[in-house]
Amino acid sequence: MVESAVTGTRIRERRVQRGIKQTELAAMAEISPSYLNLIEHNRRRIGGTLLLRLARALGVEPQVLSQGAEVALISGLHEAARDGSAAAAERDRLEEFAGRFPGWAQTLVDAYRHGEEMERMVQALTDRLAHDPHLAESIHEVLSVVAAIRSAASILVETPGLEQKWRDRFHRNINEDSKRLADGANSLVWYLDATPGSEADIRSPQDELDQFLSENHFGFAALEADGVGGIDAVLEADTLLSLPAARELARTFLEQYQRDATRLPRSRLEQALGRVGLDPVALAEDVQLDLPCVFRRLASLPEDVAGPIGLVICDGSGAILTRKPLDGFAVLRPSGACPLWPIYRVLTQPGVPLRMRVLQSGRDARPVTALAATEQIGPVRFNEPPLVRAYMLLLPAPQSEEPPSPVGTSCRICPRPNCVARREPSVIQDGF
Amino acid sequence: MARQVLLIEDEPNIIEAISFILSRDGWDVKSHSNGHDAMDVVRAQRPDVVILDVMLPGRNGFDILADIRADPELGQVPVLMLTARGQVKDREMAERAGASHYMIKPFSNAEVLDVVRSLVRT
Repeated sequence: MVESAVTGTRIRERRVQRGIKQTELAAMAEISPSYLNLIEHNRRRIGGTLLLRLARALGVEPQVLSQGAEVALISGLHEAARDGSAAAAERDRLEEFAGRFPGWAQTLVDAYRHGEEMERMVQALTDRLAHDPHLAESIHEVLSVVAAIRSAASILVETPGLEQKWRDRFHRNINEDSKRLADGANSLVWYLDATPGSEADIRSPQDELDQFLSENHFGFAALEADGVGGIDAVLEADTLLSLPAARELARTFLEQYQRDATRLPRSRLEQALGRVGLDPVALAEDVQLDLPCVFRRLASLPEDVAGPIGLVICDGSGAILTRKPLDGFAVLRPSGACPLWPIYRVLTQPGVPLRMRVLQSGRDARPVTALAATEQIGPVRFNEPPLVRAYMLLLPAPQSEEPPSPVGTSCRICPRPNCVARREPSVIQDGF
Repeated sequence: MARQVLLIEDEPNIIEAISFILSRDGWDVKSHSNGHDAMDVVRAQRPDVVILDVMLPGRNGFDILADIRADPELGQVPVLMLTARGQVKDREMAERAGASHYMIKPFSNAEVLDVVRSLVRT
């Protein structure tokens, strides 16, 4: 009989259950208490006659000690039972439960662990908002500059007969401070955005996915139709994805990538680009594929093939799933995006793609051509509205006399006044 | 002789604006922009009112306020705290530390002037 590494733990549990002292059991099994102690802590493997003697002394079959329910499972159940909300759990029957219903026991332990992980994440995010020194410093910097601008502006407006030298001085101060305000706001955007490679230390699975995709420039040569290797090889070579949920997200992304690469190989896409140019609608027509597929393939191209291309993907709730930023158009994940973006408007009329020339507020914003389309996910069923996912391809907008539609970044840091889409006050607007 | 206000704040344009409005109201305004040696300046100047920012380089305003209150000769000096942190707990912390008044940035000039005047009257 070969004993598992946890036989000792089972011996200890049985002994404690029966209220037998270690010295007593050692005497019954004709071994020294120190040796039994080593056995109980799984530091000595046992078998043969010694196991039989211990089992006899404990009044159980030897198999119960050597092949009982996994100790990790029982240990997990003990942890779950210690939780304050599990006061009514029959703790004295944990092993029996684990032995008779190992599947349910594992489900319970998994749910408990998942809850613990969620609590840790919520706590970490709460701490970040409440105690993060960088965030506090950035907000202080912005509000201090706002205070300086407000004071100087009040002096200019409210001081009758203000001397020219003071007028010049406060005008200069306002000018300086307005530049600093723009920098401070950008710093906040950068921080709240928590872009891959930033110093933000709280990492969600989505953060890790963002970094993984960014580091790979959203392209995976190994998964192209003529590439060698596969998804497993890509994931094995990666060192950025530490969270299991992040690896799951990455796998899902890569599976879609591989399907897309099969439908629209890089060579065929580049040929089509040569024929019709960087016009996603014309490209979709040329290659006879749907817009979302063309969007995803365009976003996978290196910048030297078709220039900078951004992509945002969200689900039907508006949650951003994937974001490939484009210079001049900020896409924030943690703080929620702007409902004026075409990607959200297209959700209100699935199947009708949108093309808009948009411009965010902010000093670094540049006009962007945003093309949005939806894609149905899941099987089609009678009398069930479809589940959709929305895509927004971002391209630098060409020069045009057509004024861009103003949009925001995220309400909290968006200064646009009187916006019908605003869901919360802006920290930049407060106090004005 | 004009009453003296000591403004401890690291934002130069806030110093300039507050100094301007208080000076025009007849106050003698001195300023200092470092938390590290702020207590030395308070002791040297012995102002009638201190306007104290919370987040300062070198030392935070709460610690400076605690030192002022602990000093037998300065303990009664009115202190107006300025901060960009408007959370309830920060306000409570300022009150516990002995702030005479607590004002959140961005503030209005008129509000600062009113509070400084009221602190000396009381």
